[in-house]
Amino acid sequence: MTSRLATPTGVITAGAELLAESVEQQSVTTTRVRWAPPVAGTESALAEVMLDPRRTAANQTAVSRMTAAGADLVDVRRASEALDLPEGHFLHAGPPIDWDRASGPLRGALIGATMLEGLASSPHEAEGLLAGGSLTWEPCHSRGAVGPMAGVVSPSMWMVELHDTTHDRRAWCSLNEGLGKVLRYGAYSAEVLDRLRWMADVLGPALQRATRARGPIDIVAVIAQMVQMGDEGHNRNRAGTLMLLKEWLPDLITAGLDPADLAEVVRFVSGNDHFFLNLVMPACKLITRAGSGVAGSTVVTTMARNGTDFGIQVSATGETWYTGPAQVADGLYLGSFGPDDANPDIGDSAIAETAGIGGFAMATAPAIVRFVGGSVSDALATTQRMYDLCVGENPAWALPILDFRGTPLGIDVCAVLRTGSLPQINTGMAGRVAGTGQVGAGLVTPPMECFTTAIDALADAARPG
Amino acid sequence: MTRSLQVRAGAYQDSVSLMVISRDLRARTGVQSALVAMATELNLSLLAEMGFDPPGQASPNDMLVAIAGDDDAAIQDALAHLEAALVGGRGEETGGGGGSGPGAESIEPRTIGAAVRRGDASLALISTPGSVAAIDAADAIAAGLDVMVFSDNVSVDHEVRLKELAARAGVLMMGPDCGTAVVGGCGLGFANVVRPGPVGIVAASGTGAQQLLALLDGAEIGVRHCLGVGGRDLSSAVAGRSTLAALDLLDSEEDVSVIVVLSKPPAPEVAAAVTGHAQTLQTPVVLGYLGADSRDITATARSVAEQLGVDWEEPPRWGGDAPSPRRGFLRGLFTGGTLCDEAMLIAQARLGTVASNIPLAGQPELGAGMASQGHTFIDFGDDALTVGRAHPMIDPTLRLERLRTEMADARCAVVLLDVVLGHGSHPDPATDIIDVISGAETPLVVSLVGTRDDPQGTHSTAERLAAAGAIVHASNAAATREALSMVAGS
Repeated sequence: MTSRLATPTGVITAGAELLAESVEQQSVTTTRVRWAPPVAGTESALAEVMLDPRRTAANQTAVSRMTAAGADLVDVRRASEALDLPEGHFLHAGPPIDWDRASGPLRGALIGATMLEGLASSPHEAEGLLAGGSLTWEPCHSRGAVGPMAGVVSPSMWMVELHDTTHDRRAWCSLNEGLGKVLRYGAYSAEVLDRLRWMADVLGPALQRATRARGPIDIVAVIAQMVQMGDEGHNRNRAGTLMLLKEWLPDLITAGLDPADLAEVVRFVSGNDHFFLNLVMPACKLITRAGSGVAGSTVVTTMARNGTDFGIQVSATGETWYTGPAQVADGLYLGSFGPDDANPDIGDSAIAETAGIGGFAMATAPAIVRFVGGSVSDALATTQRMYDLCVGENPAWALPILDFRGTPLGIDVCAVLRTGSLPQINTGMAGRVAGTGQVGAGLVTPPMECFTTAIDALADAARPG
Repeated sequence: MTRSLQVRAGAYQDSVSLMVISRDLRARTGVQSALVAMATELNLSLLAEMGFDPPGQASPNDMLVAIAGDDDAAIQDALAHLEAALVGGRGEETGGGGGSGPGAESIEPRTIGAAVRRGDASLALISTPGSVAAIDAADAIAAGLDVMVFSDNVSVDHEVRLKELAARAGVLMMGPDCGTAVVGGCGLGFANVVRPGPVGIVAASGTGAQQLLALLDGAEIGVRHCLGVGGRDLSSAVAGRSTLAALDLLDSEEDVSVIVVLSKPPAPEVAAAVTGHAQTLQTPVVLGYLGADSRDITATARSVAEQLGVDWEEPPRWGGDAPSPRRGFLRGLFTGGTLCDEAMLIAQARLGTVASNIPLAGQPELGAGMASQGHTFIDFGDDALTVGRAHPMIDPTLRLERLRTEMADARCAVVLLDVVLGHGSHPDPATDIIDVISGAETPLVVSLVGTRDDPQGTHSTAERLAAAGAIVHASNAAATREALSMVAGS
């Protein structure tokens, strides 16, 4: 029989330095935890959750469901059809919010969507309808969809439809409009609406034909390639966009489109480095959705912002939102814009980080680290820090620079509160004033309140009896 | 205001680099706005918003340099800075920064779970504050580590639930409030350097375990494992959860041929359960429950020697003849709670009344000022005396002050104190004591707990104390008995 109680192969110490030293004096390797007290006020709830006998296995279940999830692009179709979205009803990013508390960019996008749907002929008229309560909206997440920035979806918009064959679940996202003055950043000028009309009339139908002819495209596999090509899948989607276009091209060419339209479609997709973001997001939604609803699991399954509130959802408590005030990103500004022009954090795109890419995969995207004046080693360190917040890794998305280690996966509410270290999110910044558009890009974190309110609910759910 | 607009053909730089440069230019004195960017449609529209007329010819492969400033000098200054930045290919803030390499090693783990991923470890030693130690211990258990929780003030509820988690995970949970352990020869916490040998100890007491380790070492008996279970393990609430698990573990170790259970007085039903379980094991078990009617730790050590067939000699004594008895009171000044308990149990049988800050059942408790009342024993390691300061085995200040006071007190007949050596303890506890007692008339008896190889040197410590006039015993029980013999009328 082998000895169960051998000399320790190594000792991990947390607390008094003296105790670590005396172990070291005996030539036993020690690893010292840089320990600090948990976020104040969370101690007893944290203990309750950490002592829940279901926790460890539940978190492993959540992560293994996430890594088992697939995400195939299977269709492109109108939101009215795909999501059963009735006239006068919109979707938006982040947790639920009413008109009074809605931020500039969200209001701008709702105004634009109202005009796009022909429900109003002027921004003023649209605002009246929206403020007056005759139109309705709900979070994209409530319908299994995701939307970047304001994330506003109206019935006539075209959506990509992704299918998780493992769990037979679908997720949707709108088509990416490009950068600058676009609806998702709250702009609603004529050029914005004209572009959206062209996307509905030409781009959507063309991509539908190509997708249906091509058959399912494995988006998880495209993401696996893009993270090895310098994309982190949130602020850089260049390789992913080109790979998607490559998949579509033969069937686009044979789709019988007017040659001018075909050229415009190809030009539009290839000219917009962020086109693929709108496929990364629903793929990540399918992955994180697979990890939701595991009793006892403290894994974060959604991070999303509406421009006013930052909200998270946690596996054990399903679709309950835990919110706190959205922060302004730290980053670089376009043109003459500055911090005063920026709206607080907005968009469902933090689903990328929730699934382990974006800010979590900074190590693989050295080209964009200077967004916050950071260095390549900062990027590597960021990813390393994120491993320490997560309960697992995703071997399908391997990072070459880290010796092909999988991306960090499954943010643990407990780890966030114990370390005081927050998930790192890469993001775009929208203008504060409705109609402005994009003003910059940078890095942001969720407010700690999301996690402190979540742990109270998790503790209630964990309490025995 | 002065404006400057240049279109530089074929001067490509990536957009992020240029955003950094633009920001740095805007921050310079006299510059009102600046845009250095490739001439994409988006950037041309930004240029227009800044109030510049669009350039006649510009493609996305051309670089726009637009600066609005207070005067020409400001613009020239900004342009000079731009040239330097473009050559460097980076903005001011990123210049010269950063290291190289994957850099992952530079992130220190902030949780035990994170530390586990850094490398090969099989045990966690936790001394975080008692109110939150359960969080760290649960993390360690989840990671499959054996755990020693040194922290005190962990709630009974947390202790029971941690021990249930450990049982489910098949790991060993030592503590909370576990001061001493030896696992596979590696000492943890306050632990003595032991030689390898056939004994496995389950100890619900830290200094009690150290006394046993030292006495066995003195008899040249080695100890393979000493598993601390925490002072409350044999209480009704905790019900011996760790003791029973540790017994099974030790029973399955081929190298262990005798097991000792050492505890302060256990709850009767728990004692019965542990005794019953011990009888089912293949390895013989010596039960060392401390109590008024039980044997002392030295007697337990002797039983172990007998069980192993090793000749037992009484533990050594250093120093001159005992002085003739003096009138007055016995004063015991201890760093180890179990050593203090053991001494009080022996003393109360002889003296009747023994006051203490940790009184035995039915005995008087000292007031908050800890002033002596007749025969008095103080445990300086008690929680109330360690708030905001290190354990007296590390920081002897409080006890040394008290020793000085007692030495000067005419009512004090003799002082008895413990000196505990080993890992974690003060590197030289003897010198300060020698300073205090030199020239004093009151006799001092020392209970010296240490093994042959302890870093402080047990033998040399004993000889130095003896040379200064102290009487030194390796057995706490023997030290107590000799001190009692010096109290007249007792």
